[in-house]
Amino acid sequence: MSAEDNKALSELTEKEYGYGFVTDIEQESLPPGLSEDVVRWISRKKGEPEWLLEWRLQSYRHWLTLTEPHWARANYPAIDYQAISYFAAPKAKTDGPKSLDEVDPELLKTYEKLGIPLQERAALAGIAVDAVFDSVSVATTYKGKLAELGIIFCSFSEAVREHPELVRRYLGTVVPRTDNFYAALNSAVFSDGSFVYVPKGVRCPMELSTYFRINASGTGQFERTLIVADEGAQVSYLEGCTAPKRDENQLHAAVVELVAMAEAKIKYSTVQNWYPGDKDGRGGIFNFVTKRGLCAGRRAHISWTQVETGSAITWKYPSVVLKGDESVGEFYSVAVAANCQQADTGTKMVHIGRNTRSTIVSKGISAGRGQNTYRGLVKVGRKADNARNHSQCDSLLMGSKCGAHTFPVIEVSNTSAVVEHEATTSRISEDQLFYCRQRGIPQEEAVALIVNGFCKSVFKELPMEFAVEAQKLLQVSLEGSVG
Amino acid sequence: MLEINGLHARVAQGAEILKGISLSVGKGEVHAIMGPNGSGKSTLAGVLAGRERFEVTAGSVTLDGADLLALTPEERAVRGVFLGFQYPVEIPGITNAYFLRTALNSVRRARGQSELDAMEFLVLLKQKAKLMEMDPSFLNRSVNEGFSGGEKKRNEILQMAVLEPRLAILDETDSGLDIDALKVVAAGVNALRSPERSVILVTHYQRLLDHIVPDRIHVLAGGRMVKSGGRELALELEAQGYGWIDAHAGGA
Repeated sequence: MSAEDNKALSELTEKEYGYGFVTDIEQESLPPGLSEDVVRWISRKKGEPEWLLEWRLQSYRHWLTLTEPHWARANYPAIDYQAISYFAAPKAKTDGPKSLDEVDPELLKTYEKLGIPLQERAALAGIAVDAVFDSVSVATTYKGKLAELGIIFCSFSEAVREHPELVRRYLGTVVPRTDNFYAALNSAVFSDGSFVYVPKGVRCPMELSTYFRINASGTGQFERTLIVADEGAQVSYLEGCTAPKRDENQLHAAVVELVAMAEAKIKYSTVQNWYPGDKDGRGGIFNFVTKRGLCAGRRAHISWTQVETGSAITWKYPSVVLKGDESVGEFYSVAVAANCQQADTGTKMVHIGRNTRSTIVSKGISAGRGQNTYRGLVKVGRKADNARNHSQCDSLLMGSKCGAHTFPVIEVSNTSAVVEHEATTSRISEDQLFYCRQRGIPQEEAVALIVNGFCKSVFKELPMEFAVEAQKLLQVSLEGSVG
Repeated sequence: MLEINGLHARVAQGAEILKGISLSVGKGEVHAIMGPNGSGKSTLAGVLAGRERFEVTAGSVTLDGADLLALTPEERAVRGVFLGFQYPVEIPGITNAYFLRTALNSVRRARGQSELDAMEFLVLLKQKAKLMEMDPSFLNRSVNEGFSGGEKKRNEILQMAVLEPRLAILDETDSGLDIDALKVVAAGVNALRSPERSVILVTHYQRLLDHIVPDRIHVLAGGRMVKSGGRELALELEAQGYGWIDAHAGGA
């Protein structure tokens, strides 16, 4: 590092907070800017133990040494990290729209099409609503049932308070705080998220969903999720919401860590529909996420399923480290890039243990001026005897101004490995559309039908209700893309 | 019921293919349209169903007095127009049953009728599949994907049986069928004959007409109707081939 860089760095780290920084614990949000003091303030605000503050600070110091990565196939203006507020309490009522009349009518139309109940539309559109939907009572009964089985499902902050030993044991073991630029940033300033622990031999009897978690509305910008399934445990976790959620925070940098011990199984399903911006791409969310699972023990099984229709830019590679012998990793993805959206997504399957297997099914849909990139790595280590991988990457193009790109990387260091990669690129054909329309199916529905067929091998991995919603979502996302 | 008057059509921005077709099909009638390759038979079928690659340059088509050419393909389907495709299209990932239910319910919705739920539809579909001697497992396979030529054609007639059109246009439904498959398809079509349903059979060979006996036969050559007649016309064609027709068309 040059002397000049060093100087800039120290100036940055030592600079006193320009807007009269005070560590007032009553204060509900921070003005823009990032410094060690900001990290300390966040940690103190959340009443965190010393070790976690130290962990955050180390992450922050490491982040300062990193530069923003630009290898993804995405174009966007430089992000000013000093212009972001790193702690925002729920929006005051004076901010944001005051009633549905002030909300982007296009957004409201989308809610209507998705069949979202009226009272929820307001909350999603960012209007402060006093009446929280009935999920609180649902969540309470839910929690009681889970507690009987010894399952912990709570916000990350609560986990730090109530189960510090578990958080400390697993935090950062799958995604180290030094992993990458955004993971380091998240580790320094993460606001909240979810924590799940399923004890030995317990099968979680219901799908765990952020939707039913108390305080779920407060999550957002720098989310941190940690899910641990102990030996022989099983859990299915649903993240997200099909409604396009309006959010003032442009940059989202979440970290999700999954730990599956021997014989454990974790299924993680995501429907991501952050605001993609308007037709010209203004105002969309940058979604830079690090998601990784560790199959720590023998016969552990981790499965990622994602339906990515939102965000202006998606940069996300849910991965599995197959350390335990005979462990299994799966990645099923549908990514849509419509209008001006840019999606750069894929997975990494790292085979370390013997007889490990992985499956990758990626379906990319590009429409409008959207750019869709699959980026994947299949790595077979020296000791990973008989590793197996099958990858299927299919792209569907709608219109003539969009793009589909595939960058599969395969690194094999063991001769007994069998790695297969198949890829296709296709268009919705005029013949298919005419065939549907001749049978009476209107054009928009015909497009949705054909796209759903294209995505079927991914949708069938989703829990039932989610799959139905995902299909509807896809139809709405692609409306007007053909014809 | 169907009135075609002086119809001219071309491939969009291309050469004219139909050069003045007039045809009248009454309620419950079965008409066969025969002709050599390239005579415009399939173009006529496509124009009637609303295929966008064809452009109508002159003439009119009415169904029960309404201007058919002004309607989109799906609107024509709602009015009861059905096209049995010469080359049925594959739709990967969508089961035959789901596709047909979506189609039937789209049409019913557009007509202001109640939609069928999954159970009601399944009962209907199984009953129709039996008519076409189709194995029920067929219904859970993706639309036309991996189907043999005969299976695809039978599937077209199954769709027709479910959608119960008022005007069915079957484009070379007999091509690529062995004699057993041909008999099954013909039996299906015959079972669907009714005083309420008109059928246009587009075919190159007269052998289909041994099994589905038409009321009228028309011969198309060079984009024009060169001859119309009864059943005997098919036999004449069978005996003499299309050569004399071309001569008859007079340098078309």
